[in-house]
Amino acid sequence: MDLKLDHHSEDSLTIVEVEGEIDVYTAPRLRELLIDLVNKGNFHLLVNMEKVDFLDSTGLGVLVGGLKRVRAHDGSLELVCTQERILKIFRITGLTKVFGIYASVDEAKEAHGRDK
Amino acid sequence: MATVELTFSALPAHVRTARLLATAIARRTGVEESLLDEVRLAVGEACSRAVEAHRLHCPGEPIRIELCDDSGRFEVIVTDSAPSDELEQGRDYSSIRFDDPLGQLPGTLMSGFGIAVIVGLADDVEVYPSQKGMRIRMSWPAAAGGLSPV
Repeated sequence: MDLKLDHHSEDSLTIVEVEGEIDVYTAPRLRELLIDLVNKGNFHLLVNMEKVDFLDSTGLGVLVGGLKRVRAHDGSLELVCTQERILKIFRITGLTKVFGIYASVDEAKEAHGRDK
Repeated sequence: MATVELTFSALPAHVRTARLLATAIARRTGVEESLLDEVRLAVGEACSRAVEAHRLHCPGEPIRIELCDDSGRFEVIVTDSAPSDELEQGRDYSSIRFDDPLGQLPGTLMSGFGIAVIVGLADDVEVYPSQKGMRIRMSWPAAAGGLSPV
């Protein structure tokens, strides 16, 4: 399955919807989208990974790169993910300590609202 | 003896083909369904790492993947031709951790992530870096003799 990307804004939060496979072939598209969003002043990003079938280290690198970019603007990049096979990759690499990971978009929005 | 060998040019699009092939053969070999995701990811990581290394050092050279089903295990060997001098021979890759991922260079980070993910997923892993290229051998338990033909 290819990668489908979409995004929309809710208040100060930009929600990025990701569907399909994030690998060495498709990850550059996600990287471009994150860079474009930051360049346009979207510094609080929530990446919804509930429809991601596959994520490899290239995808992790793109997410870390996005986090670095938003942090440079005092922003945030958080994730929505409940799939064990995807969460396992974050645990193996220790990235569960780096990203805020939520069980739903609503939960993430609520946490974002509290932190504002 | 390898049951299937595949060589492919160092293009990102071919990595998906390699991991789909590996998953299909793992299933045929009798690897448990619950482990197939791990096979798919670990093989994808090894091939992605090889593709990135070839694109830097030797884009015209092919990458080789061997899939074997000897002695009740499913074994995958990914061999590239790019010098891997940044990786120390004999290093204990099981200890790779990223305490400060935001402070690392993207290339170093992704290469390290890839190896860390493989080590975390495969039941048995050996990494052989050398000036002539890297060889990653990984294996998982499989049904003895594989699945019977349908």
